[in-house]
Amino acid sequence: MATSSTTFGGARATGRPRPTRTPGQIAGRVATYLLLSLGAVGAAFPFFWMLTTSLKTRNEAVATRPSVFPANPQWGNYVEAWNTAPFGRYFFNTTFIAIMVVLGMLVTTVLAAYAFARLEFSGKNIVFALFLATMMIPFEATLIPNYVTITRLPNPGTLRLMGDFPFLAMAASWYNTYWALIIPWTANVVSIFLLRQFFISMPQELYDAAALDGCGHLRTLWSIMLPLARAPLAATIIFSFLGSWNSLLWPLLVTGKEELRPLQLGLTYFVNAESNDPQLLMAASAFTILPIIVIYFIAQRQFIEGIASSGLKG
Amino acid sequence: MAQVSGQVGSDPTLSGVNPLRTGVSGAATVTRRRAAGRRDNLLAFLFLAPAIVILSVFNFFPLFFSFYISLHNWRIRKVGFVGLANYAEALQKREFWQALGNTVYYVIGTVPITMALALFIAYLLFQKVRFLSFFRTVYFLPYVTSSVAAAAIWTWIFNARSGILNQLLSGTGTQLRWLLEPKGVFAMMADRVGLTMPSFLHGPSLALVAIMAVAIWHLLGFDIVIFLAGLGNINKELYEAARIDGAGEWAIFRRITIPLLAPTISFLTIISTIGAFKAFNEIYVMSLSTGGNSAKAGNPLGSTQTVVVYVYNQFYSSQRLGYGSAVAFLLFAIIFALTVLQLWHGRRREAM
Repeated sequence: MATSSTTFGGARATGRPRPTRTPGQIAGRVATYLLLSLGAVGAAFPFFWMLTTSLKTRNEAVATRPSVFPANPQWGNYVEAWNTAPFGRYFFNTTFIAIMVVLGMLVTTVLAAYAFARLEFSGKNIVFALFLATMMIPFEATLIPNYVTITRLPNPGTLRLMGDFPFLAMAASWYNTYWALIIPWTANVVSIFLLRQFFISMPQELYDAAALDGCGHLRTLWSIMLPLARAPLAATIIFSFLGSWNSLLWPLLVTGKEELRPLQLGLTYFVNAESNDPQLLMAASAFTILPIIVIYFIAQRQFIEGIASSGLKG
Repeated sequence: MAQVSGQVGSDPTLSGVNPLRTGVSGAATVTRRRAAGRRDNLLAFLFLAPAIVILSVFNFFPLFFSFYISLHNWRIRKVGFVGLANYAEALQKREFWQALGNTVYYVIGTVPITMALALFIAYLLFQKVRFLSFFRTVYFLPYVTSSVAAAAIWTWIFNARSGILNQLLSGTGTQLRWLLEPKGVFAMMADRVGLTMPSFLHGPSLALVAIMAVAIWHLLGFDIVIFLAGLGNINKELYEAARIDGAGEWAIFRRITIPLLAPTISFLTIISTIGAFKAFNEIYVMSLSTGGNSAKAGNPLGSTQTVVVYVYNQFYSSQRLGYGSAVAFLLFAIIFALTVLQLWHGRRREAM
């Protein structure tokens, strides 16, 4: 499109600024790149400072006139930080919780979204309105009742670890269990809404064809809709995973045991305990951030498109 | 694919607007639906059951339960009914109003600045720059970084003794206490020129301002991506037409870009405002590690204690679940009012 219009217009001097730029335009161009680079430096600097501090000796790090780079990179800081707190355990907890949350979210979301998009049932509009209404209840406002609920739900036992927090030790409840960290996050109205929109946007003929071939709803959903829904599914998976990976407030309330701490909570305790060793703190921060950054680089397109589409819905 | 999407899929009014209407694409479907109506009821219930159970237990029920708890003196367990006393106490307490004030500072100090900066950067990025994906990646990196790790890094940057910021400032002879400074920033500025401010004009503490800066850094990439998507949706012919009419860049930005971005701007305003009202992680980590009392966040001197942090403190260090629930319920009322306002505003705009 753009190229064809330029070639046609190019027969006459249309005044298109392409070939020669006025000094003003060049200055504007330079200013644009300058500002963008300045902003990029601002955005990236904390990461740089984290990495360089993480490789310093303690004396270099806390010196009143710190150097930019360490004299000798101290890779051992990473080992030391890793061994100072049970980071292996934290990583396991966070990964396990995030994967379970994503799996649970997928089950509830896909089924509910399909029901809202494709099934006729009584009370559909009311139920859907109630679902949407839950978006108006911020989780922060329901922390305390949810905590009380958790301490009262009977413990299924299999994943239970006993609490050792003196005033909160309530055995036989969900307190201090993986259940408390996983189950409340396995239903997500935003995801349901996103996927419902997708199922609705699929052509009716696709559903009719499936019905003619004798597919029931479950079969249609599983073998026809889900393979097509890769993009919206990827977006919901990413947001659910990120949300779980980065959560802090809820784990802070419902875990009193080090063995159950997810990564962010572990890092928070580490920040408090090791505030005199900034080089270890920065090393720990670095390896905490790393997995998410790797995932981000692999799935960058889904990240950006997922966020962009959520914005256009609004 | 192109063939099947011919009828319903290509009609934008049918796809995605009304779930009930899309089913009506042929008489055959309708009869099949009617015949299978009863079976759909059961199936729909089964499909919805998992989501309904989770949402009821952890989203709906707690809203009512929260109100119930807030009417009681509730320590580790229920002690006694007190009616609305917890609400009365909150509304009379200086600490509550300070927390609300801090939250308002936080919202006003982060939302407009983040959006203005993001719009500016997105607009620059949209001018067909090279390395677009590089810039976008860099600006987006803070957003994917966990707020705890981000707070840890920034706490170190703000460190009063050997943090890099004070090093950079050392040439000017100024050294600031950053996260340890409970004094309001306007009061500090007034001190500089030898004035004294009345206490209600002291402004947010330097510690809170530092935390706000981190929040802006953290959320900027999200807003940029949304703005880039919004800019991409504006018809390019409008720009061309304006240029032919001799409009300057600023006029184009003011008269075309901004009005056409209005839906994006209002979407971002509401979700950022609600997000800022609920902010916790950064504030918690950055205010915890700077205070003496490690069980309580919102240091120094409660000057970074926002409402959510206040609720947390009531729960965690005071174990006052009833009072904490009352405060949380007030927070819910504020956020709810904001959401309704936004919905009403959005509907009015649609009607226009």
